[in-house]
Amino acid sequence: MFPTPIQKRSEAVRVTYQVFLPIALILWLLPLIAVASFSIRPLTDFTQGNFWGWPSSFNLFSNYGRVFFESDMPRYMLNSLMITIPTVVGAVALSCMTGFALGIYRFKGNLLIFFMFIAGNFVPFQILMVPVRDLTVSLNLYDTKLGLVLFHIAFQTGFCTLFMRNFIKALPVELIEAARVEGVAEWRIFWYVVLPLMRPAIAALAVLIFTFIWNDYFWAIVLTQGPEAQPVTAGITSFNSQFVAQYHLMSAGSIVAAIPPVAMFFAMQKHFIAGLTLGAVK
Amino acid sequence: MATAASQQTWMQRNKMIVTPILFLLPGLLFFSVYVIIPIFQSFQISAYEWNGLGDLSERGEFVGLQNYRELMSDRAFEVSLWNNVKWLALYLLAIPGGLFIALFLNQTVTGIRLYKSLFFFPFVISQVVVGLVFTWFYLPRGGLLNTILGGLGFDTLNILGDPTLATYGIIAAGLWPQTAYCMILYLTGLNAVDPEQVEAARLDGAKGWRMLWHVVLPQLRPATFIAFVVTIIGALRSFDLISVMTNGGPFGSTRVLSFYMFEQALSEYGFRMGYGSAIAVVLFLIMLIFIAYFLYSMWRDERPARN
Repeated sequence: MFPTPIQKRSEAVRVTYQVFLPIALILWLLPLIAVASFSIRPLTDFTQGNFWGWPSSFNLFSNYGRVFFESDMPRYMLNSLMITIPTVVGAVALSCMTGFALGIYRFKGNLLIFFMFIAGNFVPFQILMVPVRDLTVSLNLYDTKLGLVLFHIAFQTGFCTLFMRNFIKALPVELIEAARVEGVAEWRIFWYVVLPLMRPAIAALAVLIFTFIWNDYFWAIVLTQGPEAQPVTAGITSFNSQFVAQYHLMSAGSIVAAIPPVAMFFAMQKHFIAGLTLGAVK
Repeated sequence: MATAASQQTWMQRNKMIVTPILFLLPGLLFFSVYVIIPIFQSFQISAYEWNGLGDLSERGEFVGLQNYRELMSDRAFEVSLWNNVKWLALYLLAIPGGLFIALFLNQTVTGIRLYKSLFFFPFVISQVVVGLVFTWFYLPRGGLLNTILGGLGFDTLNILGDPTLATYGIIAAGLWPQTAYCMILYLTGLNAVDPEQVEAARLDGAKGWRMLWHVVLPQLRPATFIAFVVTIIGALRSFDLISVMTNGGPFGSTRVLSFYMFEQALSEYGFRMGYGSAIAVVLFLIMLIFIAYFLYSMWRDERPARN
């Protein structure tokens, strides 16, 4: 193991490490801790310049209550959910199929198509912006959740295909060949043999795509406009202009907007990290 | 009977080609319509002067390479391009930074798993929120940074209001989640480092830096490669932080190509779709150099598996 396990080092090193660990963490998360502390202060603290002293009162419930009951925040959150979940389902479904086709079958152009998916996944969004916006407008889907969902599914299919194909490629070939010898139809092999084995990959992709799409900002401002369809990342700017300079509410709003992907991460940590670090180990 | 049998054998004979085509079709169709074709359309649009209303061929005016000629003498474009270079160079600091934290956390003490998750979690938060968090961190009056600087007796800084500092302030904010990302890649990589090799090297007297450089880092190559890919793509994609923290200002000093393109095509500065697309094409071509290199590396790894 590298570096040398702390248990094999001297007592002094061990103690220093144990003391330094929480300090390092606090320093690392300092900007976030600052925002969390803003979000429980009353407005008067900011107007009087008491940004960092002891709060004159603790307003946790009234601040977060106002975010939930006196702003469009719940609506933006709901929009985010209604954009994110269909995208996850769509992109995972499509890429199970593309991954199966590219991972199992040998045919001319297999690698070419695979590399096209990877390359497309890396392009800057701006090269797609004008035509995609144009397409969305002409489909009458501008400023709708469906317009965003369709684009997200299509774009995420690139990354998901990369992921699924490599996962399927690592499955034992014998399994599929045995099924073929038995005379099982190809689509049944997909449904009854491969798909059950893909569960961990599906879980990993689902949490990753959930986070990516929840956190998307660029496409939200390109393809949507108002509280009708905007997800929370875009909505938070209008939220902030509603509560300009009211740091207690703006920071409470930011924290609320950040919670779903954070909760998802902590709940599904193993899958999340497995997905994110795929390929980091050979 | 005979035709049914031959039809069956046709399907039978060709199922290995028909099945993958059917499975690929929906994904490929979506991906082509929303990703592949728009790339070519952007190239086409970049040769027009067009405000985005009506049909390109009817309402747009074909101007050939005029948009690109205009870019050459556009001061804002030059600033954006130069900022992209800064982003690329400084963003790469996330890689050694992530490695450093990973080495620090690669221990087995109680609660280390929670520490790892908490170190990682800036990456999970959206860039919009990261941008807001750092904007407040930098606030000239009351921001934590200036409170600390003031407490230590330094002059306070208005980082996001100063054209010479603003870009660096935004990059620092971007480095926060990006370093966390690299850290998790390296933590996973370190997990797979062969303990026998490390022990053998240790018996040979290798320690510290030499051990890291000669024994551990070579085994971390796959993690380093992925860290490079995601960091470079992340640097060139930077948009959210700039939009949230400075909106390109002060005086356009924090624009990058992705942001400038958006401004030209879709914001209050006007709807110059052609000019915007020309900027996007330049950004795409820069990215293409890296994409080509990444794909080449992946293709090289793919070959032994094929043969």
